[in-house]
This record gives sequence, C-alpha cells and structure tokens, in this order.
Amino acid sequence: MEKKIYYLLFIAIFALLLPAGHLMGLVSINTISLWGRYFCFAIAALGIDLIWGYTGILSMCQALFFCLGSYGIAMHMLLKTAGASLPEFMVWNKVESLPFFWVPFQSLGLTLILCLIIPSLFAFITGYVLFRSRIKGVYMAIITQALALAMWLLFLRNETGLGGTNGLTDFRTLIGLPLSSPYVKLGLYLISLLLLCVAYFACNKMTQSKFGKVLQAIRDSESRVSFTAYKVMDYKLAVFVIAALLAAVGGMLYAPQTGIITPGRMDVKASVEMVMWVALGGRGKLKGAIAGALLVNFLYSICTSLFPDSWLYILGFLFVITVLFFDKGFVGLIDTLTKRKEPCY
Amino acid sequence: MLLSVNNLAVSFGGVHALSLSQFSLRDKELRVIIGPNGAGKSTFLDILCGRTKPDTGEVLFNHKPIAGMTEVSIARLGIGRKFQQPSVFPGLTVYDNLLLAAKMKKDILSSLFFRPSQLLKARIHEVAEKIGLTKVLSSIAGALSHGQKQWLEIGIVVLQDPKLLLIDEPAAGMSDEETYKTGELLLELSNNHGIIVIEHDMKFVQQIARERVTVLERGKLLVEGSFNDIRNDQRVIDCYLGRNSTQLENL
Repeated sequence: MEKKIYYLLFIAIFALLLPAGHLMGLVSINTISLWGRYFCFAIAALGIDLIWGYTGILSMCQALFFCLGSYGIAMHMLLKTAGASLPEFMVWNKVESLPFFWVPFQSLGLTLILCLIIPSLFAFITGYVLFRSRIKGVYMAIITQALALAMWLLFLRNETGLGGTNGLTDFRTLIGLPLSSPYVKLGLYLISLLLLCVAYFACNKMTQSKFGKVLQAIRDSESRVSFTAYKVMDYKLAVFVIAALLAAVGGMLYAPQTGIITPGRMDVKASVEMVMWVALGGRGKLKGAIAGALLVNFLYSICTSLFPDSWLYILGFLFVITVLFFDKGFVGLIDTLTKRKEPCY
Repeated sequence: MLLSVNNLAVSFGGVHALSLSQFSLRDKELRVIIGPNGAGKSTFLDILCGRTKPDTGEVLFNHKPIAGMTEVSIARLGIGRKFQQPSVFPGLTVYDNLLLAAKMKKDILSSLFFRPSQLLKARIHEVAEKIGLTKVLSSIAGALSHGQKQWLEIGIVVLQDPKLLLIDEPAAGMSDEETYKTGELLLELSNNHGIIVIEHDMKFVQQIARERVTVLERGKLLVEGSFNDIRNDQRVIDCYLGRNSTQLENL
C-alpha cells in the first residue's frame, strides 16, 4: 500500500496538477517544458541505474547515447524545417549537397528507427570489445570516459557535418506541428511523462525477473555467476544496450523540447553529471534514479537563477554528504527514516 | 571413471605449481586431497573448473577432454566449484541465491521470462533443508554468518546438479560443531555426486575420508591411500611437520 501512495502522488502531481495548472494559467508553459526535459533525463537515469546500480558497471558515456538520440531527431526536424533547401548551417559552411548520412533522416519512420538502432549498435560493438577483454571496474569507467571525449571532439568539428560547436538548432516543426505552440509543448511533456512511466514499469519488471537477479549477482560476485553457468558477457552486453536505448529515447524527446542540441550535452562532464543524479537519488533503486534526475535538475534550475555561480559547489557538497552519510541516496534515506521492511518470501 | 587426469602440468612464471602424472576418481567417490601450503591443491581445482588453463596434460571428465574449456562450458558439463572464501551473492536473498544456481536454461531470454515451477521450488526447499538454511531463506545472504555462507555456497553448487563437486576448505573458519555438520553434509552428498574436498583439518578429514586420501606436496603426488595409511606414512608426517626441502628430496 505504501508503495502505491508514491505512485499516486507522482501521477497526481505530474499528470494532473501541472497540466491543469497550465490550462488554468497558473503554471507557465516554460515550467511545463522544463519538467518535460527532466523526464527525458530521468529515462536516461533509469538506464544508468540498470547498468551501474544493478550490474555494477560504471559506464561514463551515457550522455553520448543520449545525444545520439537527440542528434538523430534534430537532424530530421532540421531537414523538415529547411524544406527543399539545405539547413542553414550547411550553407554557412559552404556545403553544397546534403551529406550522405543526412539523407535517411528525411523520413520520420527511418529517423525513429535509426535513433534507436545507432546507439544500440554503438553500445553493442563497444560493449562487445570491452566485456570480451574482461574490462571492469575503474578501467571500464576510464575507457567509456575516453570514448565520450573522443566522440565529443568528433562532434565539435565542423567537418563532421553536424553543426560543430553550435550543434543543431532552429528546428521549428515535428510531424508538421509547430514546436513553439504551447499545445505541442504540453503534448511533448505528456509523451515524455508517459514514456518515463512505461520505461519505469518495464525496468521494474526486468529487475524483478530472474534476469534482474542475475544482474545483481554479477555486481556481487562475477566469478560465481560464471561458475553457475551463466554467460556473464551476454548479460553485461544486454544491459549495456538496454541502458543505451533508454538514454537514446530520453535524448529523442529532449531535442524537440529544448530546441537545440550541442556537443556540450555529450561531453565527459555531462555523463558524470548523469551518474551523479543516480548516486544522489539512490542507486540500485529505480525510484532513486528518477528522484535523483528530477530533483537535481530542479535544484539546478532554482540555484542557477538564485546564485548563478555556486551551482557546482552545491552539487559537489551534495555529492560529498551523500557519499559520506547516506550512500543509498535520497530514496535510501527516506527508506531508512520510515524503516520499511524488506519484502518476505 | 568420472575423472581421470594424465601428466597435468602448469607453472606460474617458471614455478611449477602442479605436475600431476596421474589422478582418477570413480563416480560417487568422495576424495580428500591434503597437503601443505603451496602444494598445488587449489591450483588443481582451478584447472578442473576452467579457471586456470594447464600448460600441458589431459583432463578427461566422463571420457571427454575438458582442459582449456571456459568456466561456463565446464559448469554446464557438470562440475561445480565451491571456493575457499565463501563466494555467494551477498545482495540477494538466500532463496534467490539458490534459485539462480538451479539447473535450468541460463540464456537471457529464458531468464527474462522465467517462472519458477513447483518442482523447482520444492527442490530449493529440499536443498535448503539439507544445508540447514530453511529459516533464513528470505534474509539477505550478506547477513549470514561465515559458516552459513559456506553452507549456502555448497547449496548453490549442489543445486547445479553437478556430477562432480570441487570443494575447497569447507571447514575453514568454522566452529567444531559446524565442521562436524559440514562433514555429515558432504558424506550425504557423496551418495549422489563425485566429490573432491581439499582440507587441512585432520579431524575433519578423518570424519569424511571413508575411501582414499591423496596427498600433494610441492605440485606432485606424494602418496595415495586410506586415512590410516596416510596418517602413519613417514613422508606425509615429514612434509607436514615442515622438514626442510633438502631432507625431503633425500627421502
């Protein structure tokens, strides 16, 4: 019963109260859009919790997967906005014809498929190489970080054909609807909320299945899992791809709500921040990942408007006290305070 | 023969950890391997379960060569390993620890859509009964005592339904009473499985060694025989009492 209260509260606030507040003119559309973006982060955070919180693999390139989704959908929107001519930044860069890899993004269907396939394929190949060589622990974190850095440098270059430092921006329509319209924004907000809920329940099912238990077992004692005849690599690879997919879905919803996607979203710092949301919210608990992503970003918005320069200090301080005093994050703290018992068999 | 080993050798950085010319085990035999530190006992088990690859030699399990295979495929063939340090899943419940180990399809899709059958539940409870952990089935394995963790790990290995159990120092760190219980458990298990046990505690060895005992010394087979033969063998006494190596070589 207690668990249901949290769900109901969540649904009541975000599915009813906020949209209703907006329709009555109490909540601005910018606030709605802001929360819509937080939901995108929360979807990606779910993936991080699966791979880091449950499986114990610290992947520091989740922001990269997030951006692969964002860039894909942004490319599509940019092409639709530009119509028959080339996107503006290409004209400035004196690109005369559409680069070959932009062509498939003219179709929405292909774009959606590619936005999911490219990150998962990327995760599959890197994961295959990393897990096959039995790279784990801090080495995994370093290598994925280096990967994020390399891709960031690649996306920064004008020659890559993805807008360089400025990224992709100035897209105005999605499936023919104007992105500036409040109703479209509200719609995107609701879709993000819906997908977050779907992702949560799917992840929840997954973690409670035997698959989820094998993941936790890998975190606890990898060699015991192999000696119990599970192919550890298959499981690690699967969870890496799932995490990448979740990040990409978050990214796909993020771009139309923000109106811009730049390489700044995919640098090492961005990935580290994503990991911090989960750490602060409470890793190893899906609710923790969502709570962390929402609260930290909400706090970010408040703090950057109140004391613009001190955000990193605040985040750092929060991180330090979390590590020192409540290593199970906000959700773990609430659990300890209410002293809920573990479920019995 | 359940297991037969010929001319097995492995060395780490020039040190001969093991060079075993011959070793064999009948089906449903309980064999105890003893030997001083560094005799190659654990290395031997590591090779049998695929953790270490031998340099040369042949390992036949059920007449099938297994040397050099991966841990997963060896585990699938039916060799289960219990480590010296209890290696369980501390974050999961005792029940889940046992559930994960149980013999079944272990690929990703089967795990995602897995539903425990009544038969499996009954089997888990049966094993839990055997290892004396029925009362703590729903507690987190990390909270168990050292002895209980050792038993849980034996339970994990038994649930894999292996033909051969490799058990490394099961009584280490246990009280006398726990040690005795462990011995009885192993004897009961030997009705259905071939078992190789490594142990130092002589009282415990006496309890479980109904058949042959193998003594390893510096990677080589020193002697093989019944517990009483071994106990009175001068070479075994010497190697345990730690005569220096030149004296041993002169023997």
